[in-house]
Amino acid sequence: MAKFIKKKPTGVKAINTASLPDIVFMLLFFFMVTTVMRETEVQVSVTLPAASQVKKLEKKSLVSFIYIGRPVRHLQTLYGIEPIIQLNDKLISEEGIPSESIKDFILFEREKLDEADKNKMTVSLRIDQNIPMGKVTDVKQALRMANALKINYSAKRPYDTF
Amino acid sequence: MAKRDIPEINAGSMADIAFLLLIFFLVATTMDIDTGITRLLPPMPEKDQKEEEVKVKERNVLVVLINKDDQLMVEGQIMDLGRLKETTLEFFSNPNDDEHLPEKEPEIIEFPPGQSARWPDGLAQIRVSKGVVSLQNDRSTTYGKYLQVQNELVAAVNELRNQFAIQNFGRRYDDLNPLNSIDEGIISGINKVYKMNISEAEPKNIGGVR
Repeated sequence: MAKFIKKKPTGVKAINTASLPDIVFMLLFFFMVTTVMRETEVQVSVTLPAASQVKKLEKKSLVSFIYIGRPVRHLQTLYGIEPIIQLNDKLISEEGIPSESIKDFILFEREKLDEADKNKMTVSLRIDQNIPMGKVTDVKQALRMANALKINYSAKRPYDTF
Repeated sequence: MAKRDIPEINAGSMADIAFLLLIFFLVATTMDIDTGITRLLPPMPEKDQKEEEVKVKERNVLVVLINKDDQLMVEGQIMDLGRLKETTLEFFSNPNDDEHLPEKEPEIIEFPPGQSARWPDGLAQIRVSKGVVSLQNDRSTTYGKYLQVQNELVAAVNELRNQFAIQNFGRRYDDLNPLNSIDEGIISGINKVYKMNISEAEPKNIGGVR
């Protein structure tokens, strides 16, 4: 009565993966929506100091960045190892007090903003913790001259260890 | 003629394509949130404006100096960073009306009405400290040290504001939401009670010639 003997299942049945693309797409859309593309390439190495009283910086569109640090390794042949200043994505290589470049930079950045937001412009200073204050003071003076008074000393929270 | 079945499209590689895109966005994403200490720089003095000496009594000033070797000096005494917050707290609050610590001046400060049991109409008469922290650093001071000192000063003021908010409004200052109009009123009131009075002088070469 071979007709009635059940065939024994051989091997494991294939898992239905039809919903896998759905899951992956969901993740994909999440990341697509939350992504902020890197706009600037940082060409100076900056290790931010830690501070306990940091606050979140709001409204990224109103923020311009000034980086101060030593050039990253592959640029050291070009710019040397002395600390240099980077404005958003542009390096200033000139010697001395770069007040003119900073002034132009601030005016240019301010021009991009809406009329109503012009006085809300914030300059975020991302400065390496080992940079001497002289350079920082020069930049601060230049910002005062350009009337960009709202600044933010970028720092990380103490428990972030990277 | 019988209708022909449309053959099912093989969607097996859909997952691969989606994964590829997913990985691209994963790599391109920056998740870092910018954090930092926000400060307001003083405006440049006008060219024709005369340099007038603002006389501030000695008891109203806390002199904080950082030298080229990152050493800290407060009111003529070397101090380590750990004690700065405590000193600043005492300086701004002056709880026992010590005559070496800053004077206080009564001021009427407006809060949103009905928020505090102590001032139901929102008008508070508070003795506001006239103290100013004067921060000076050398051109060779490292930025890291400078920011740590700034951080301690800000921490002291924030602590006082927190205490005040808990005493009078039953909430922490940090938890007030600036987008809410009542909270915003409380915040601006508290900011007048404990001002972030940190003044920075033009840099000098403290601690020797380089």
